[in-house]
Amino acid sequence: MSTEYSPDEMMTVSAARLLRNGAVCFVGIGLPSTAANLARLTHAPDAVLVYESGPIGAKPSVLPLSIGDGNLAETADTVVSTPEIFRYWLQGGRIDIGFLGAAQLDRFANINTTVVGQYAKPKVRLPGAGGAPEISSSAKEVLIVLKQSKRTLVEKLDFVTSVGFLTGGNSREDAGLRGKGPVVVITDLCILRPDPATRELKVTCIHPGVNRGTLAANTGWKIQFDEECKETEKPRAEELRVLRELKARTAAAHGVEGEAA
Amino acid sequence: MAAWLSLAEAIATNVHDGDSVAMEGFTHLIPFAAGHEIIRQRRKELALIRMTPDLIYDQLIGAGCARKLTFSWGGNPGVGSLHRFRDAVENDWPRPLEIEERSHSDMANAYVAGAADLPFAVLRGYTGSDFARINDKIRSITCPFTGEVLAATPAVRPDVTVIHAQKADWKGNVLLWGILGVQKEAALAAKRVVVTVEERVEALNAPPNACVLPGWVVSAVCEVPRGATPSYAHGYYDRDNVFYRAWDAISRDRETFNAWMVKHVLKTENFAEYLRVLAESQTSAVCQ
Repeated sequence: MSTEYSPDEMMTVSAARLLRNGAVCFVGIGLPSTAANLARLTHAPDAVLVYESGPIGAKPSVLPLSIGDGNLAETADTVVSTPEIFRYWLQGGRIDIGFLGAAQLDRFANINTTVVGQYAKPKVRLPGAGGAPEISSSAKEVLIVLKQSKRTLVEKLDFVTSVGFLTGGNSREDAGLRGKGPVVVITDLCILRPDPATRELKVTCIHPGVNRGTLAANTGWKIQFDEECKETEKPRAEELRVLRELKARTAAAHGVEGEAA
Repeated sequence: MAAWLSLAEAIATNVHDGDSVAMEGFTHLIPFAAGHEIIRQRRKELALIRMTPDLIYDQLIGAGCARKLTFSWGGNPGVGSLHRFRDAVENDWPRPLEIEERSHSDMANAYVAGAADLPFAVLRGYTGSDFARINDKIRSITCPFTGEVLAATPAVRPDVTVIHAQKADWKGNVLLWGILGVQKEAALAAKRVVVTVEERVEALNAPPNACVLPGWVVSAVCEVPRGATPSYAHGYYDRDNVFYRAWDAISRDRETFNAWMVKHVLKTENFAEYLRVLAESQTSAVCQ
């Protein structure tokens, strides 16, 4: 097996590493689901994966293509209704980590998945909220994974679908939001974490082969670097093997590749 | 007691022009056969409600059946955009579509409120987001006991809810299992309920806590095998992921979409014929 790796694999592996074993994780479909299952199949066998369609403790052997695939139900500890998953399990305060994707993100890790352009006459109509607004507010911590470019990390969001740190500083706490908010953002170029005081995202790890100029060129605001900014550890052979086998099983089972939406 | 009807009769009797219609099923058990029948009967001015519009509402919207959509996530799961939904919102084609946009948690709570005959739902949600700016029905209420400010949103009370399930017995008692979504709440929130099922059985033989809708809350029940495809029915057939992917190309272009709808839905008599025609289309596509 080649230990050469793609930026997408670097992103998925770094995101997976940040899911601690035993955590109860509310998983979004797409990139978060890939990373969460990679974590479960490597260092975090006791992570509890919760999907908004109702499965609690899902252990799929192939990646789900939709949020409600049958293999999530079949491998779960229990399957509850959609009202119950949001009312008792998420709002009830039982989720350690909300694992989200995003179409656009601003410097305070607020998320837009609704529209590009004006709401009433959008340039691009995106899918919308799904479960993310309440995941981002109620989960104890939030991880966000997305591909980085000037189109995704933007100066100003056209719509705030799900909240990060609002306008920074203590504005999230002042608004009465319960969870801590986004503790880390993982992209295909770097890892960002909020500054403890301003809550602006700062680069804390740069993926191997990426330089600061590339990061600046792929960010819609003047990106800041943490003083102790390091290089991300390369994907280990074992991580790549498990990820590639997972993707191969998924393609074989579904007849199509996963992870678009 | 539920009336056992053909799907055509059930839709003719229960779904009228101008109705608010919820057709639920969270990826699983999406009532596609019923959606096609609504299009075949050329219903119009419908106010559609569904957490995830999915391909079923992409088809209804593109066919011009809807004046309004209440929803919380409008994508093609695992694939990308719903092109007919986007064309309606971005370009008013084939007609303008009013949208009422909410979150999943809100919609789920709003169905619960509807089922419980309450006027509104209460949840801890939307704080700091832009939703209240674009949906004036997202408001707040102060808890009389703690002073906490919570989101308050209107209950969902459809004129008719349509769902698909695995089984029903001769009395119309309906059994569903697997990913349950909001179907029970959507059914109990509605004035009328139409259910399509994979099969009619003598007895459900369901364990005591199974998800059963008693026949006396169901208006009409119809036997429609494979009635949820290209979604899936747990224990019967898998999700047709290849069709979900193919829909991206079918729906991207208005003419291609129209031609597909005419051939597969408007010119077929019923869902069984749709499945035959679809199978022929797919075979010829493979041969090309």
